[in-house]
Amino acid sequence: MFRNIALVAASALTLSAGGAFAAGKELHIPDVDFAHEGPFGRFDQFQLQRGLQVYTEVCASCHGLKYVPIRSLSDEGGPGLPEDQVRAYAKQFTVTDADTGEDREGVPTDHFPVSAMENAPDLSLMAKARAGFSGPYGTGMNQLFKGMGGPEYIHAILMGYEEPPACAEGFESDGYYNKYFAKGAIPDTCKDENGVSTIEGSWIAMPQPMSDDQVTYADGTSATLDQMSMDVSSFLYWAAEPKLMDRKSAGFVSVIFLLILSVLLYLTNKRLWAGVKGKKNA
Amino acid sequence: MAGIPHDHYEPKTAGERWLHKRLPIVGLLYDTIMIPTPKNLNWMWIWGIVLTFCLALQIVTGIILVMHYTPHVDHAFASVEHIMRNVNGGYFIRYLHQNGASLFFFAVYLHIFRGLYYGSYKAPREITWVIGMIIYLLMMGTAFMGYVLPWGQMSFWGATVITGLFGAIPGIGEPIQTWLLGGPAVDNATLNRFFSLHYLLPFVIAALVAVHIWAFHTTGNNNPTGVEVRRGSKEEAARDTLPFWPYFVIKDLFALAVVLLVFFAIVGFMPNYLGHPDNYIEANPLSTPAHIVPEWYFLPFYAILRAFTDDVWVVIAANWLSFGIIDAKFFGVLAMFGAIAVMALAPWLDTSSVRSGRYRPMFKWWFALLVVTFIVLMWAGAMPAEEPYATISLIASAYWFAYFLVILPLLGVIEKPLAQPATIEEDFNAHYGPKAHPAE
Repeated sequence: MFRNIALVAASALTLSAGGAFAAGKELHIPDVDFAHEGPFGRFDQFQLQRGLQVYTEVCASCHGLKYVPIRSLSDEGGPGLPEDQVRAYAKQFTVTDADTGEDREGVPTDHFPVSAMENAPDLSLMAKARAGFSGPYGTGMNQLFKGMGGPEYIHAILMGYEEPPACAEGFESDGYYNKYFAKGAIPDTCKDENGVSTIEGSWIAMPQPMSDDQVTYADGTSATLDQMSMDVSSFLYWAAEPKLMDRKSAGFVSVIFLLILSVLLYLTNKRLWAGVKGKKNA
Repeated sequence: MAGIPHDHYEPKTAGERWLHKRLPIVGLLYDTIMIPTPKNLNWMWIWGIVLTFCLALQIVTGIILVMHYTPHVDHAFASVEHIMRNVNGGYFIRYLHQNGASLFFFAVYLHIFRGLYYGSYKAPREITWVIGMIIYLLMMGTAFMGYVLPWGQMSFWGATVITGLFGAIPGIGEPIQTWLLGGPAVDNATLNRFFSLHYLLPFVIAALVAVHIWAFHTTGNNNPTGVEVRRGSKEEAARDTLPFWPYFVIKDLFALAVVLLVFFAIVGFMPNYLGHPDNYIEANPLSTPAHIVPEWYFLPFYAILRAFTDDVWVVIAANWLSFGIIDAKFFGVLAMFGAIAVMALAPWLDTSSVRSGRYRPMFKWWFALLVVTFIVLMWAGAMPAEEPYATISLIASAYWFAYFLVILPLLGVIEKPLAQPATIEEDFNAHYGPKAHPAE
């Protein structure tokens, strides 16, 4: 009896735990198969480098990455740039030195600059802070089984700029319609009698940041909007979780170690109790 | 020390005798580790070891985190990022600590529900049970304050909402809230005192755990039959029990290894699954998140807190009877703490003379419904405060109270229990067949 209850409880607990993510109207963010997903997933180093290029040429004009040290661009498990390239990359920034108070060229030990525009959020952790759309029904199942999270969200936002729906005709806004952005303004003409939105998405303050061939990739990859969005999402996920690869290796070592330990302890326990237990009846 | 007769430590060498006369510490350790333990304990009796491990894990990882953390509103969030990015192995230590809280509560809930099913709270184990409930309350306080330390959006707004509960106490609520926060709102003073208490309380918990273990080592463990160990003589007791070392140490370590296998897989591969993503946004007092949701382990009691709105008849009645002193908000606070209080009172509310739910045909079903209720409350607590979740929460909360205040007292009177085995040995042999005891 208790065993059954415990089993049901344990499985239901895992399901309901994901409910903590449920926030607002469920968004139908398209899934992207990123290279880093799953227990065996690894960052695609070349994708991170392309993402860095998109970030530098497009995002960085407004957004910052204040928690990310520039030196980490050469870390293993990251974009893995050679150190001379990282030094050259750092030089483009002008930094006010904390000790002398004077401006100087950036060095790899500096962090990326803060956002250049006041209302542009810092992107250091965006790919982890925007993981909260894990339906269906707030169960977190999409996150668990499809590995959906913040990178999918960022990719969707970059792809989500469309002509506003017909109900918004004549709507005056500082923002831009994006079908994957849930938190923005929605004109009253696009709401039903209960004040619930009848359209997907809302108006976002950020204008569409890029379109096809915005950047020119050195490795010859075709710079479609979809490709650039995936690359920069992957890069931003690395920026938010730079130790992902180390963490997964540590996870594997722990799991294999504990698996062996469990087997050994199981056998020890069986042998130990064999002297006490007779043949099992029930 | 223990009520069950068994062999005690005899110092053999001159050195041992010298020490034993002055400090009988080896004898204390011997009695603790060799305590006669009912030999029919099932796998639900492993959570104590898991919990002890969790406490040690949280203290060790916590002490390391403190070395790199800065408790100041301007630096707390950045210092956590510093741990995640720059400290050697810092990301793993931090994720262990973060998910360790979840393992801690997962284990404590199974531990509590095991006690509720097998009647472990009943005489003579009431003190063990009540101390356990105090430990559980301290765990909640510690976890709540720990969640504030990273200074993310959920940290800040969670602290605002929960300390706001104290503001609901009529008359003296607002001064108490100000006193708790160290100011009119959650700010640097709040962060500092929460940090201080988050470091202190685990050591209070550790001391209470020692008392908890002392108490049940005095009464002896309960067991799945609820039948007491025979204490007539050492030989009689030995037929019902086995020494804790090595039989239960190895069994518990095996169980712990399996639990940790799952735990480390979560830490290694999905460490943020149980957390709220908004906590990766630095706290901003000017921007309220759309939904403020506590961590999963608080959700059942959060659901009870929110269930009693001002259109519920008990709330209206309480309001009228107290001349308006008890409003819906205060009623919710009382209900939330009351939900834990009724659980702590279970030893005196349960009138049945039979301990184990195994021999209580009606109790089994009411207990199963209580487990379902707990899970429903957990789910409802994560949902927005609107229909149909509000009604579901209210029904589930009502059942939670009814179970302890009505069903447990009544069942003892109307239920006809099944026959219990006469001894633990009989129960054990019924499962495994008789075999020569190593002591014989």
